[in-house]
Amino acid sequence: MLEINDLHAGIGDREILRGITLSVNAGEVHAVMGPNGSGKSTLAQVLAGNPSYEVTKGSVSYNGQNLAQNGIFLAFQYPVEIPGVSNAYFLRSAYNEIRKANGMEEIDPLEFLDLVEEKLKLVDMDQAMLSRSVNQGFSGGEKKRNEIFQMAVLSPRLAILDETDSGLDIDALRIVAQGVNTLRSPENATIVVTHYQRLLNYVIPDFVHVLANGRIVKSGGKELALELEEKGYDWLQNAGAGAGAAA
Amino acid sequence: MSDIATRKGSRDNAILGKDGANQVNTRGPNPINTYRADFKRQLGVPEWVQTLRAQGMARFEALGFPTTKNEDWHFTSVAPIAERTFHAAMTSRAGISSEGSTAGVVARADLRRFTFGQPAWHTLVFVNGEFSEDLSSYAGLSDKVRVSSLAKAIRSGTGRPERHLGKIATFENHAFTALNTAFIQDGAFLELQADAVVEEPIHLLFVSEGEGEAISHPRNLIVAAQNSRASIIESYICIRDNCYFTNAVTEISLGEGARIDHYKIQRESEKSYHVGTTQIRQARDSQLHSFSFAVGGSLARTNIYTSLDGDAATCTLNGLYLTDGKQHIDNQTSIEHIAPNCPSHELYKGVLDGQSHGVFNGKVYVHPEAQKTDGKQSNNNLLLSPTARVDTKPQLEIFADDVKCTHGATVGRLDEMAMFYLNSRGIGRETARTLLTYAFAADVLETIELEAMKTELERMVLARFASTAAA
Repeated sequence: MLEINDLHAGIGDREILRGITLSVNAGEVHAVMGPNGSGKSTLAQVLAGNPSYEVTKGSVSYNGQNLAQNGIFLAFQYPVEIPGVSNAYFLRSAYNEIRKANGMEEIDPLEFLDLVEEKLKLVDMDQAMLSRSVNQGFSGGEKKRNEIFQMAVLSPRLAILDETDSGLDIDALRIVAQGVNTLRSPENATIVVTHYQRLLNYVIPDFVHVLANGRIVKSGGKELALELEEKGYDWLQNAGAGAGAAA
Repeated sequence: MSDIATRKGSRDNAILGKDGANQVNTRGPNPINTYRADFKRQLGVPEWVQTLRAQGMARFEALGFPTTKNEDWHFTSVAPIAERTFHAAMTSRAGISSEGSTAGVVARADLRRFTFGQPAWHTLVFVNGEFSEDLSSYAGLSDKVRVSSLAKAIRSGTGRPERHLGKIATFENHAFTALNTAFIQDGAFLELQADAVVEEPIHLLFVSEGEGEAISHPRNLIVAAQNSRASIIESYICIRDNCYFTNAVTEISLGEGARIDHYKIQRESEKSYHVGTTQIRQARDSQLHSFSFAVGGSLARTNIYTSLDGDAATCTLNGLYLTDGKQHIDNQTSIEHIAPNCPSHELYKGVLDGQSHGVFNGKVYVHPEAQKTDGKQSNNNLLLSPTARVDTKPQLEIFADDVKCTHGATVGRLDEMAMFYLNSRGIGRETARTLLTYAFAADVLETIELEAMKTELERMVLARFASTAAA
């Protein structure tokens, strides 16, 4: 589904990703872990097409394309507030643009309301949030739940969760994880970007990759996350620096 | 301040000398000669009007058109107006200036798209500044409300307009108001008697029509006696894309406890010139809610000036200007806090695209007696293109010591993170841009209490920037 091949990217002259190679297949959950500054979030942003980052080398191929309209969804680490645009209007616009891109007719506000009702329950949110401005005045937990809610409505083929667990208490973490698990299917894939192992107690990954200095320095199964929890990142970071020096 | 007739002699000469140096240098025949000739050709009117016109003409000749050296016109050059010779739209047809003569030039159907889909609203239509009985409809008003054309009110000789006309819109320092005063002829004259409540809005619709570079000087007078209430809309429109100059003045007197919601909708043609001044005096406990929407004109200026004369009078001045192409739209407001305990709130927003230029200049002046003033003023601008420009100048002058006043201005571009957020949800760049622009303007549009107007203006905001984005 997603093929990343020797991806180099950065902002301005600063290179952040220094050769990432990763392949994700339908039905899989991949966890990307690593210390602060390792390039985890940059990888998520680049995959979602943030124009602030420049890809300098390598390639990303996603079923041949790389647009949100083709089913990539990024759950933001810091969801953006958009005063003046209601959640309902925002999400319906997004939903309809995706339908249009796939040659389907737009749906009207009432049909849309029916559609989202059940998805709201999934993340334990009230219908009143639909008429509020996008993320404006939302608590940290509400913002993250809103991300998962949007993901549930837009039902992407590939979801990237960027530090979705940061700043969540244990109850909110459970709700978010439950949402993600409900959306798992053999046709979809998920990339979970996280610093800590705790989200992975709820969203069980098939693969764990450790990023350091813009490279994947180790890959393994779900047990790798537990090992990191115990030993920290230092032993792998040194490996990353070593590999960088050797290159 | 209110009676210009007492200003004479050496003082005027002194001002003349000073301002004379600021006059625009014109090439070829001086357009002021055309104004002078047109002024002399005007039809006979009662002596008091003739006197007022003469004062206006004298003041206009003394002031000349303002230059950018004039503090109030620092960011706006009126050279395109000053150097052009406009023909008086009404006086040139003076022989046929009886009411209704314009029917046939403009049809009712032409106006439908400017009336907010509200047939119940009282509508007074003016074509090139001249009242058209045929195109207007204002039946069913209570007998506490008098609606008339100014020309008719002047002719009737009752002296009712005389009490206020030219007393509110001061012109010793305002050349365009002086010019309008020199050509006072027609407009709307609305009188609300004490406790009169007008349920449906009164819409004054000014249509510019016809070939040639015409000028019109609509003059409106609104007198709201104590505790009366009405919503009044002034729309300035053009059916075809003509070049003309509208120089409008509206005077509003608000009695004790009266409330007027005033909406100015400037939708002139893209080739036109517009200067519109609304000047208000507010007695105690009166309320003014003003909304100014400016989208048309190649060079357009809107002045809203209010004076809080009585204790606890309140005003809200809100506005939205949308500019594109090579348009220049200037908004100037002035709030004079003369009496104590008056709150004034102001929010103006601008969205600027293309190579357009927007200006906001808002003055809040707190006089020494105006204790407990609560003033809040803000101006926010959104630049959609790298070549658009805005000049903003909020001004606060306080001469009382027990007041609460804040002001601020911002100029920004579309938030790239918000753009990316929308893009990442599948919303394309063009739609995202329209949505964010609309969102920027949403809160000021939200202050419009007339639902039909709010919906129409929201639609206009979306349509204007949607078409730009698609281009």
